Amino acid sequence: MASRKLSKLAAASLALAGLLGSPAIAQSPTYGVGRTPTAEELRRMDISISHTGDELPAGNGNAKEGAQLYVQKACVGCHGVTGLGGMAPQLRSKLAPELPVWKKERILPLRSPYATVVWDYINRGMPLGLEGTLTPNEVYSLTAYLLFLNNVIPEDMVLNRENLPKVKMPIGDEFGKPHDYKRNSPRLEGYPY
Amino acid sequence: MDTKDSKQEAKPDSRQNSKQKSRRDLFKTGAALAGSVALGAVGKAQAQHDHHGAVMPDSKNAYPMIHGSKEQIEYGVRSKFVKSVRVQHPIGGRPSPDVFGKVFHVASPLQDSVGVITPSSLHYIATTRGSFLPDIDPAKHTLTIHGLVDRPLTLTMDDLRRFPSVTRLHFIECAGNRHNGKQPNVQDTHGMTSCSEWTGVLMSTLLKECGVKGNAKWFVAEGAEEIKGASSIPLDKGMEDCIIAYGQNGEALRPQQGFPVRLMVPGWEGIYHTKFLRRIKIVDKFLMNYNEYGHLRPGDKELALGEIIGPKSVITFPSGTQQLPGPGLYEISGLAWSGGGAVKTVEVSTDGGKKWQRAEFKNPPQRMAHVRFALPWKWDGSETTIMSRCIDEIGQRQALREEIAGWWKVPVVRDYRVPGLDNSVMPWKIAKDGKVTNGLA
Repeated sequence: MASRKLSKLAAASLALAGLLGSPAIAQSPTYGVGRTPTAEELRRMDISISHTGDELPAGNGNAKEGAQLYVQKACVGCHGVTGLGGMAPQLRSKLAPELPVWKKERILPLRSPYATVVWDYINRGMPLGLEGTLTPNEVYSLTAYLLFLNNVIPEDMVLNRENLPKVKMPIGDEFGKPHDYKRNSPRLEGYPY
Repeated sequence: MDTKDSKQEAKPDSRQNSKQKSRRDLFKTGAALAGSVALGAVGKAQAQHDHHGAVMPDSKNAYPMIHGSKEQIEYGVRSKFVKSVRVQHPIGGRPSPDVFGKVFHVASPLQDSVGVITPSSLHYIATTRGSFLPDIDPAKHTLTIHGLVDRPLTLTMDDLRRFPSVTRLHFIECAGNRHNGKQPNVQDTHGMTSCSEWTGVLMSTLLKECGVKGNAKWFVAEGAEEIKGASSIPLDKGMEDCIIAYGQNGEALRPQQGFPVRLMVPGWEGIYHTKFLRRIKIVDKFLMNYNEYGHLRPGDKELALGEIIGPKSVITFPSGTQQLPGPGLYEISGLAWSGGGAVKTVEVSTDGGKKWQRAEFKNPPQRMAHVRFALPWKWDGSETTIMSRCIDEIGQRQALREEIAGWWKVPVVRDYRVPGLDNSVMPWKIAKDGKVTNGLA
């Protein structure tokens, strides 16, 4: 009897919530602390790029422009001439091109499943000490140069927000995909250790 | 009566004054005679009771004095006789700081550890590519939560402290915490794990404040350091037990641990615990950031084993390069932890794995936290190998390399590399002369 009363009450309050057009009750704000960021703040701050490339800005660039920027922006100082021999990580494979990608060095523009990750990393983390100062065109150009150095794209290919996500990377589909997370379950189903 | 009382009150005062005076004189004398041994002339009784005084050679309790410096008073300094320090990891690897002044991997001195809390000064350090330590003014730092939420939110560090807080013990372990036969001691084999008491706001509290949209599945956590390191984490984990932490071991986070705020992802590999947290974006799909590229593995299975820390334990005493003075009673002691939850049992073998005995816990095991275990052991002076293994609350077991290789149906070669994070059993060899060495060597 009591439980029927309760469920009636719950249904009524749900209907009320629906009428008022409020979001789910459990998620209503309770503390009122903090402020709403402006759209402009969010636009400047949100540098995340997914593999679909939806968030990529307009702009373009090719490997030839990238090669010039590689020197102008002093990338060459840390990563070496054409990506080899510097103190910072190598950017071009030294091994035979016909080797499968998993047998080659761990180089971002070579092993990454998506060219968008190369773009994202240059954009957020380079050059050292001047991070975040490159324009979209510069980032497209440098991305094109590094992909060209690793024989992923031809030298004259102009990269932009439409074709960058579609660049066919050497790894293809040969990489592990994340599984759904389930709390209190083993790291790997059926693995005892 | 009144007169008498006032006299009695006055008396001790004047005595104290004269004593203070004589102390001052003594200090003067002491200073004048510094470097000589002439202080022996000072009365014995005075020396034994004057804790402010200089060294009194006749005293039975005559340690040199630690001068009360400003730094001793204000923040405290450990004894100069305690020399435990962090070291670069791995041996022969990238130095910290490197030629650019960046810090890469630094290991905690587990061989000297007692209890379960790692002092903040000795917590291991790891960075994605090696990064500069940002010198963040907390008054200028904000955390923004946006993406698939009803109300994006920007919080100052003061705002954050207005939410209800939690305080929990959690370990953090680096994916690079792998042991092999070439590492001489437990700092090199296992020093890339540490355990602290963390204080902050549950991420679920903030997510409820923002109102997460129905199609949200993942979130991206991003730091404010120069590379703005970002990781993708399932939203379910965020709702379960992630903490937006501003406190560590009773004080503000250290810069090396993400001051002023970091994300705690209990039980997950270190890199997920985003330092200098500035932004959380709620998204509907897995986003491959540079950190996820770093996790890239050929297969799903190996990827899955490189995400959450498995059940793991190691003996810290006696361990590599330590020396047992001779046969007799010892308390074997070590640490156990798991990303699967609380550690349920720890077993220790003192005969190379033939027999296993249940170890006792020195503190109640908690979820995703180090627990200190121990076993009394009478060493008869013969050569042997000691090791530990644990089981966590969801039934995952720590295994020998041989067992793991067996499951993967591959032969156990020397320095066999365990797929995913290495949580295999660590043996220590004890020689007849009491010298302890790496059992994998």
